[in-house]
Amino acid sequence: MINVQNLTKRYGDLTAIEDVTFNVEKGEILAFLGPNGAGKTTTMRILTCFMPATGGTATVAGYDIFEHPEEVKKRIGYLPETPPLYTELTVTEYLGFVSRIKGIERKDRAPALTRVLERCALTDVRHRLIGNLSRGYRQRVGLAQALIHNPEVLILDEPTTGLDPKQIIEMRQVIKELAGQHTVILSTHILPEATAVCQRVVIIHKGRIVAVDTPDTLSAQLRRSEKVRLTLRTPSPETADALKTVPGVVSIFQEPSADGQVFMVECELGRDIRTELAAQAVRRGWGLIELAAVRLSLEDVFLQLTQEESKPDETKEEVMKGETS
Amino acid sequence: MRSTLAIMGKELRILFTSPIAYVVAAMFVLISGYLFYSIVLFASSQSMQIMRVQGALPQINLNDLVFRPTFHNMAVILMLTLPLITMRLLAEEKKIKTIELLLTSPVPLTAIVMGKYLAALVVFTLMLALTAYMPLLMWYYGSIQWMPILTGYLGIWLLGGVFIAVGLLASSLTENQIIASFISFGAVLILWLIGWVSQAAADTSWGSFLTYLSIGEHTENFIRGMIDTEDLVYQATLIIVGLFITHRVLESQRWK
Repeated sequence: MINVQNLTKRYGDLTAIEDVTFNVEKGEILAFLGPNGAGKTTTMRILTCFMPATGGTATVAGYDIFEHPEEVKKRIGYLPETPPLYTELTVTEYLGFVSRIKGIERKDRAPALTRVLERCALTDVRHRLIGNLSRGYRQRVGLAQALIHNPEVLILDEPTTGLDPKQIIEMRQVIKELAGQHTVILSTHILPEATAVCQRVVIIHKGRIVAVDTPDTLSAQLRRSEKVRLTLRTPSPETADALKTVPGVVSIFQEPSADGQVFMVECELGRDIRTELAAQAVRRGWGLIELAAVRLSLEDVFLQLTQEESKPDETKEEVMKGETS
Repeated sequence: MRSTLAIMGKELRILFTSPIAYVVAAMFVLISGYLFYSIVLFASSQSMQIMRVQGALPQINLNDLVFRPTFHNMAVILMLTLPLITMRLLAEEKKIKTIELLLTSPVPLTAIVMGKYLAALVVFTLMLALTAYMPLLMWYYGSIQWMPILTGYLGIWLLGGVFIAVGLLASSLTENQIIASFISFGAVLILWLIGWVSQAAADTSWGSFLTYLSIGEHTENFIRGMIDTEDLVYQATLIIVGLFITHRVLESQRWK
């Protein structure tokens, strides 16, 4: 549905994105993940034909964004980071205007309006001025604006920023429901959001794509070792040493907790030592309370990837400093 | 065409839900009305004097005595007030980022520029229509010729059209409304002042060139009751050039 190839955007000397390549399948929800200033918004603005790219190509729904921008624009719904709302208009007036500039036929406008008002739960506030609505409602009007012409592709730039936790959950629910009928790209810098809503994640950092995969595989791939969290109520002083003798264990880290003692047991990759640990704990009477495999969260993956990227840069800078001094 | 009307409609709705249009129109009617009143007072005292000297009812030309200065006054007031209507047209869209909605919708840039221009033109036309009581009063209580008044209105309307095109261009250059209004006020003032410079350099080829450029010169004929194609071409050219540059500015801002 969306095919992006080697997209590059430069502002003078500054490179906002470089060689961005990815695909989105029909009906998929893809998250664009990256720290602030990574180039998420720039990529989205290029895909929506708001600004042209310096290099590379992209097609949306089979149309090239440079050669047929009008066709692309008809098929895209876009919610920018700041919802583009006219505070002087009421919700109905505003959505009516949007439906006209999106080229919806006169007879289809009223049904389209009713549909988005219902879908975004705006029916109660439809006659109120947008300027008097709360942040959560405004965000929903923004989403309604993107949905009104029932586009094949939806591009949402940080759709949950500035919302309270309840509104965030509602917004995510709405987005999830869109999957299947619409192809969705959403950007976020909040990791749990990507895991909660999306089938695939593109991690972008400093204008380059550092990883593309499902949230699960990403965390699995980047796991260097398995970690097990073991909580014991009555460990003996030699517990740590005893644990080290279990085959496959690499290191042990312990800390006290309310229930007793927590042992973080790190072991070789691809080895499941949980049954062995449980057997030991029961046999020696350590008072086993909890035993769980620790998954690397997307948060860790993200930090790992973005930090790895920045490390070479730092060393480069140091080398350069050394040369000049 | 349909999207031009959509944008015009939205713009008018905002202009009339916010107080801008009312405030500007009210100030325009108030100031031009006050000046009209003082001109009429002056004209009546003059005719009294002539009557005392000649001892008979004089044949005074109300068109010359009342409407020529009134149209001149209107031109100056419009120079000050129209930038307030045009300043927000594009600057505001950029400031509150609604320009992203317009530029990612299947709407040609021309429709955006034309829709905004026409909206401001409609407001201005309504403003001007509010001054219709002036000729109606004079017609009821005195005798006036209608044709020179209609050409005078045409001249002022075209002048306002130029001011709006300049204001729209100024608004496209910045996202700050105050700067936009000041740029358009300055640009319009320069167009006006060229006339004064040209008078100083009269009778040289340079002087006649400047005279041609001056906007006051091209409005004067309309106010005198003449429609000259030269003036029509001049005003139309300024409007088209203003709108064309606005279009180019918006296009180039996408590439930055």
